[in-house]
Amino acid sequence: MTAYIVRRLLYAIPILIGVNLLTFMLFFVVNSPDDMARMHLGQKRVTEEAIQSWKAERGYDRPLLYNAEADGLASLTDTILFQKSVKLFVFQFGSSDAGRDIGYDISQRMWPSLAIAVPVLLIGLAFNISYALFIVFFRATYVDIGSVVLLVAMMSISGLFYIIGGQFLIGKLWHLVPISGYDQGLNAWKFLILPVIVGVVGGIGSGTRWYRTLFLEEIGRDYVRTARAKGLSERVVLFRHVLRNALIPILTGVVVVLPLLFMGSLITESFFGIPGLGSYTIDAISNQDFAIVRAMVFLGAVLYILGLILTDISYTLVDPRVRLQ
Amino acid sequence: MPLIPVVLWTDALVFLLLVVVALFAVWAARHEHLRAPWRRVVRSRIGVATLMVLLAYAVVGLLDTVHLRLKLDRAEASGEVRHAPEVLSLLDLALSGLRERQEKTYSAPFATHLHAKEALDQPDGTVIRDYPRLQHGGAHLADPEHDRAWDIAWRSLVGLIKGLSLWALLAAGLIGWLARHHGQPFDAVRNRILKGQTQIPWRTALGTLALVLILTFVIGELALKYHVLGTDKVGEDVLYQALKSIRTGLLIGTLTTLIMLPAAILLGIMAGYFRGWIDDLIQYLYTTLNSIPGVLLIAATILMLQVYMSNHADEFASLVERADLRLLFLCLILGVTSWTGLCRLLRGEALKLREIDYVQAAQALGVGHFTIIARHILPNVMHIVLITLVLDFSGLVLAEAVLSYVNIGVDPTMNSWGNMINSARLELARDPIVWWSLAAAFLFMFTLVLAANLFADVVRDAFDPRLRGV
Repeated sequence: MTAYIVRRLLYAIPILIGVNLLTFMLFFVVNSPDDMARMHLGQKRVTEEAIQSWKAERGYDRPLLYNAEADGLASLTDTILFQKSVKLFVFQFGSSDAGRDIGYDISQRMWPSLAIAVPVLLIGLAFNISYALFIVFFRATYVDIGSVVLLVAMMSISGLFYIIGGQFLIGKLWHLVPISGYDQGLNAWKFLILPVIVGVVGGIGSGTRWYRTLFLEEIGRDYVRTARAKGLSERVVLFRHVLRNALIPILTGVVVVLPLLFMGSLITESFFGIPGLGSYTIDAISNQDFAIVRAMVFLGAVLYILGLILTDISYTLVDPRVRLQ
Repeated sequence: MPLIPVVLWTDALVFLLLVVVALFAVWAARHEHLRAPWRRVVRSRIGVATLMVLLAYAVVGLLDTVHLRLKLDRAEASGEVRHAPEVLSLLDLALSGLRERQEKTYSAPFATHLHAKEALDQPDGTVIRDYPRLQHGGAHLADPEHDRAWDIAWRSLVGLIKGLSLWALLAAGLIGWLARHHGQPFDAVRNRILKGQTQIPWRTALGTLALVLILTFVIGELALKYHVLGTDKVGEDVLYQALKSIRTGLLIGTLTTLIMLPAAILLGIMAGYFRGWIDDLIQYLYTTLNSIPGVLLIAATILMLQVYMSNHADEFASLVERADLRLLFLCLILGVTSWTGLCRLLRGEALKLREIDYVQAAQALGVGHFTIIARHILPNVMHIVLITLVLDFSGLVLAEAVLSYVNIGVDPTMNSWGNMINSARLELARDPIVWWSLAAAFLFMFTLVLAANLFADVVRDAFDPRLRGV
């Protein structure tokens, strides 16, 4: 097991190098730092000095790959590639283009993101699985057909509609909770209710439909027929046999997104004014802060790969048929 | 020449898409195993109903894809013909009334007065603050409060009659054609359709068509004198914006998958068929691309594109061209983030297929690798490609709205549902609220996505061999 995990971690390294090179190409080769400086300083009347000082302040004045002026090892380390890209491997995010420490910001902002993402995931999971079980219990009746129509309709509604509708209905019309904002510590709960509800409702359509398919697939299996044949009631078949077997794909589907919960949801957070990593990224995009976007791209890739590894491990834990070598 | 055609990049790709679809249709019609699943699609009631709705959207989108520049009215002294710099589409020409009837600012659907109060000069010289009359919406009414409801009802009735007459004409034509085709009397065919006894559910198809035609004509009749969905901040007709946005939505939904399709098919099949280091390399490629969260990759690339475009502003002839290139690029980058799933599916399928007897036999007979791929593997994975194409469509249409909200979607000058939502969302805070822009965008998007979702289910059921006979 340990050997397997170590090997999986080693496999992750070339992928992360690939991601790193890709972002490096995207941010520094396609457009030179001069282009970025000109973009930030305004288009037309920008003096050469202004560009140079903008680059110097942010450390973009180094050569891209090889510094001929420095001696020894510094000729490789005192470059943009090393300073801005390679350092990401040890989570040295450096400072943003606006001068703030990205690492510190991330460590502060991941908690509000988690405060929304974790309840959305858990409540959504519980609701969707219960609803799917309910539909499957009444399969091929009007309950089933009606529910599927409802789910497809819910899937077809834009996520933005849920947010705007929720804000309008609960926040503005009924005045139950504040529309947006955030507070420190436990006082944050009343700001969290609305985004969590919206997140759960928005996920019902595709989530429940997916679980329903899983359960129906499982219900057609031979062991279910056997269980029925020996006289078990439909309730016992559903909960003891079908649910437990269907939990395997459900669990792996959940584990793969677990690490990415840290990243938060871009749209939800910016609509509700939650100071999490999602709105951090959105702000960086709209302020064209390339350093933050670069850091988030790398962080996202790391978390995604972590999710894949966790998925493989969880497979071996819940399904004895799977053996890792 | 009164006009010159303009072919934007995306237009060219749409025409290419049409040619490919036409060729595929001819090819599929000649092969029984390809015709059978499509027959299953058109024999399902949901299939034909959604197909009608999708076709209606496609017609609007295609009209909006034929671009041209009109000749300017005033003739030059030199006799040289000048063309307007403005690029218009056939849809713009068809809706020129809607496009030109601009108001000052917001007005509600069917309103006759502006949404905001203004200082008005009275005939007796005094100035009062009141809602001014609209320049176009309901301007023909002498006494709006009294006449409006009657006028709307009357115009709806006229539209209804027009739509129904056209529908009756089309339905009669169809029944006549079917009667000749089957060699049965007209009445017998009509009765069978009415009772829903035909193999292809013509009753459902005609019912949906009636709905589409009636809606079109009623709205069309009302739109001549009113702003059916109101006007936006700068007084532009919301109905016009929503109709113009159809092209953007359809393009994002189709071109995105299409642009990356050749690469995904080629790489996926190669990885599964050749295995070894080619497989490792291709797997590495798509795992790397896949591990970057999609939104962030799109954000990073669009940011870079913005930098490039603002630094090379002189390379783009017009705003339309720039917006068009940005749309194309967005499709491309969305494609990059979404092709990996298809690639992985195809790899798995190719791995299975290469062990099947007929492929082994072909190899033993010394058939070249690429002939095997083209003749034996590719035709056997096409159903996966098709299912993916159809399933991805609705997700991409929804993604456009979200991306445009984050300002990493289509160009802000381009008509799209995302841009409509984005510019209208702050207006919910106004009192009384301005809801019609949002409602129009969501409604148009919902109809398209719902139809696409239902259609995708039908296509998947028809093509997926695992579900055969269930």
